[in-house]
Amino acid sequence: MASYAERLEPVWREGSGLASWVGTVDHKRIGLRYLYTGFAFFVIAGLEAMLMRVQLARPELAVLSPQAYNELFSMHGVTMMFLFATPVLSGFGNYFVPLMIGARDMAFPRLNAFGYWVFLGAGFFLNSAFIIRQAPDDGWFNYLPLANANFTPSLAIDFYALGLIFIGVSTTSGAINFIVTILKLRAPGMTLNRIPIFVWGELAFALTVVFALPALTIASVFLELERRFGFHFYDAAGGGDPVLWQHLFWFFGHPEVYLVVLPALGLASAIIPTFSRRTMIGYTYIVLAELFIFVISFGVWVHHMFAVGLPTIAMGFISAASFMVVIPSGTQIFAWLATMVSGRLVLSTPMLFVLGFILLFVIGGLSGAMFSAVPFDQATTDSYFVVAHLHYVLVGGAVFPMFAGLYHWGPKILGRKLDERLGKISFWLMFVGFNLTFFPMHIAGLLGQPRRTYTYHEGLGWDLPNLLSTMGVFVMGAGILVTFWNWLRSEHQGELAGDDPWGGETLEWTTGSPPPEYNFETIPTVRSREPAWDQPELHGGAQPPEQGGRPLTAGHTTLSTSVTDAEPQAIVRMPHASPWPMFLTLALMLTFYGMLLSSWGVAVAGAAASVGALMGWLWPRGETQET
Amino acid sequence: MLSPEGESARRIDGLWWLMFWISVVVFAAVAGLMAVAIVRRRRRGPEVDASEPRWGDPFVVIAGVIVPAVILTSVLVVSARDMVAITNAGDAQLTIEVIGHMWWWEVRYPGGVETANEIHVPVGETVRFEVSSVDVIHSFWVPELAPKVDMIPGRTNVLDVRAERPGTSRGQCAEFCGLQHANMALFVVAEARAEFDPWLRNEALPAPVPGPGATAGLGILLDSSCVGCHTIRGTEASGTLGPDLTHVAARQTLAAGTIANTHENLAAWISHPQSIKPGAVMPPTDLSPQELSAVVEYLEGLT
Repeated sequence: MASYAERLEPVWREGSGLASWVGTVDHKRIGLRYLYTGFAFFVIAGLEAMLMRVQLARPELAVLSPQAYNELFSMHGVTMMFLFATPVLSGFGNYFVPLMIGARDMAFPRLNAFGYWVFLGAGFFLNSAFIIRQAPDDGWFNYLPLANANFTPSLAIDFYALGLIFIGVSTTSGAINFIVTILKLRAPGMTLNRIPIFVWGELAFALTVVFALPALTIASVFLELERRFGFHFYDAAGGGDPVLWQHLFWFFGHPEVYLVVLPALGLASAIIPTFSRRTMIGYTYIVLAELFIFVISFGVWVHHMFAVGLPTIAMGFISAASFMVVIPSGTQIFAWLATMVSGRLVLSTPMLFVLGFILLFVIGGLSGAMFSAVPFDQATTDSYFVVAHLHYVLVGGAVFPMFAGLYHWGPKILGRKLDERLGKISFWLMFVGFNLTFFPMHIAGLLGQPRRTYTYHEGLGWDLPNLLSTMGVFVMGAGILVTFWNWLRSEHQGELAGDDPWGGETLEWTTGSPPPEYNFETIPTVRSREPAWDQPELHGGAQPPEQGGRPLTAGHTTLSTSVTDAEPQAIVRMPHASPWPMFLTLALMLTFYGMLLSSWGVAVAGAAASVGALMGWLWPRGETQET
Repeated sequence: MLSPEGESARRIDGLWWLMFWISVVVFAAVAGLMAVAIVRRRRRGPEVDASEPRWGDPFVVIAGVIVPAVILTSVLVVSARDMVAITNAGDAQLTIEVIGHMWWWEVRYPGGVETANEIHVPVGETVRFEVSSVDVIHSFWVPELAPKVDMIPGRTNVLDVRAERPGTSRGQCAEFCGLQHANMALFVVAEARAEFDPWLRNEALPAPVPGPGATAGLGILLDSSCVGCHTIRGTEASGTLGPDLTHVAARQTLAAGTIANTHENLAAWISHPQSIKPGAVMPPTDLSPQELSAVVEYLEGLT
């Protein structure tokens, strides 16, 4: 056995110098970078939220200026959605999709590296707006005409529009990579109905990105054309329509919410069977539900616009579609509950976070269903009721699963278990703190408090809910810090995890912790939906060839299989480390800063450098060439 | 919204409580099943259970698809009925135009009556609001009376409102509209016809002629920058950028609900508005203390 490892090791090793750091194409290193960078942005956006809560602790405080408050809530939303939620879920996917489907890397490793660098570059680009004190201040939804050059003449909205176009490059390339990887690189025998649900979640996420993001990109391009060159897409006086922005934005924006939740639901589905000690009940229904959400999420955007004054008949259709999209979430929840009730629950930290997630997500889902009722939506939209709802869905429905994922997969990533006692402390602080922060917002909203207001008057019934929210955010923040501390501490001091600390059912538990660079000594042949439970020979990451394992030691390769039945089709040569994805990103940054500052010479130079970097990337180099 | 004073708001309140109690039941079902799973976790069983229980898929389909579909369809029917009822509230006897500005509300009644930030309506009658905006998108929202409706440049939206009881309802702009979005409130005063009609007749009159003590204030005001933006019907002040001040003293608040309309607040608002509502379009007015007090005295006579 060891001979496979000895032969694979030199082929796959990337080394540890600067060249390897810049050029790595290892999906695990890239995935981890996504996670660390994403959580760094989580801290930044969380601190922005805390500042806002301090300002709102009591009526008419003057901790922040109105301008500062508007910048903070805008950047909080932009950062949480684009620089935290999406990248962290991509990070989990990057790290674990190849491991769960038995591949040696993502389908396009250099594109994968490029996606990370662009994410980092775009994150820097957006936040550099703070340095010159012109941060976006018109909300993440950025409605026109407030965001046009007349009402917001600073560079704030140019940072926003160009930054979102830029980050879209990262998200789109990542999504295409997920789709191809999941459809083409699965281990032999992993037919469609054996794909782990988490992987289905990442696939639904990637499909949603590919179809939703173009609307945002187009909207942003139109916006820049209007701001810079006097076009009139959104200008009523010039024959345009400000509502066009809303249609384009929400045609992206609502699927965006689901694309954050879909992989998070998948994360929960990855954890529940392991900690219920049984196979998932209703697998087929869960998968269909995820795909149904992907489809129907494109038919509900107008429920963000029920107060715009649209025809009743149009609102009726969207109302029905919005009610419909609740059903597949319910399907998954009852499948999980059935699995948990008929299994034997193990209440370790990952499962605690999943239980917390289910409770919070149900509350968020129920309040979300209410917005499908047009009159109720018209009464509560743009009030604090929405703020409460969306945080139950996005924090309850995505952040809690992410933390479950940190505890579940931390041992695989670090090779050491995270501390259970700290994990439970963190969970309870986060759970109590979250509810204390966001539950009172339902009440403030029903009592008429509008969102995005930097202050409020006393005596309107809003004082107590706001004070409770401000107290809660610090409890929640403490809980988050405990997990970060736990992670950093366990990296060196944790109990050694071994390959399979939880007795998991999917392929990632059959190989080392952390996995070797080539993931598996032999690419396994899978004969079950829970291969790690049903195929004991897989453990050790080296299924013997007589049982279907394929060593593929001849080169830097992985196996490609057919889309539905995962029949072996081809051996794919994988590219080695390369600095060109990072060079291309730097060239693109130059282009975007050039456009931002209207330094067209710089922009053209950046574009030329980008073409050069692409040529360098694609230049044939004998054996290691790739496309 | 929880204390409805208008017909539409009462319907929405009913819809809310229906959905609230359904939500309580659903949440209890989920939490209950979870509790069962937690209580039963220590029983004996195989190391891992790979069985497919016969009840598994039917349970998922019934609890997770059919029951939600039935509940949601029922709520859809109720909410669609309410949506139609709220949209077709009946023939309006009175139409009021409300025009959003950064950050105040221009209010126009038929017959050239113009006021700001405070709307009087006759109780028990359907009133039609035609809302629009001169700058960015605002949203007209008086939670105790009706759903909200956006005020969009280039469009006119309508909202029919029927106040069921006399009283004052507070409203606030609900669409983020820039720096002072937080201080863009309005008040709707519902009153019997016997009070509403005289109010409207008074609003239609030109500004009262100042008494002997207040004439000086009018002179100072007409010489100041105030007239560039404000109209006082019956005088030479005819600016259109700011609120009509013809009957400003009859209003309860200043600066769109930011401060109460008192003697001190009025003086403070005229002399240093930027410290009360930073970013407001109104600039500070440079008047000596005597001039200021004369202007305030004149304005306080504009009932």
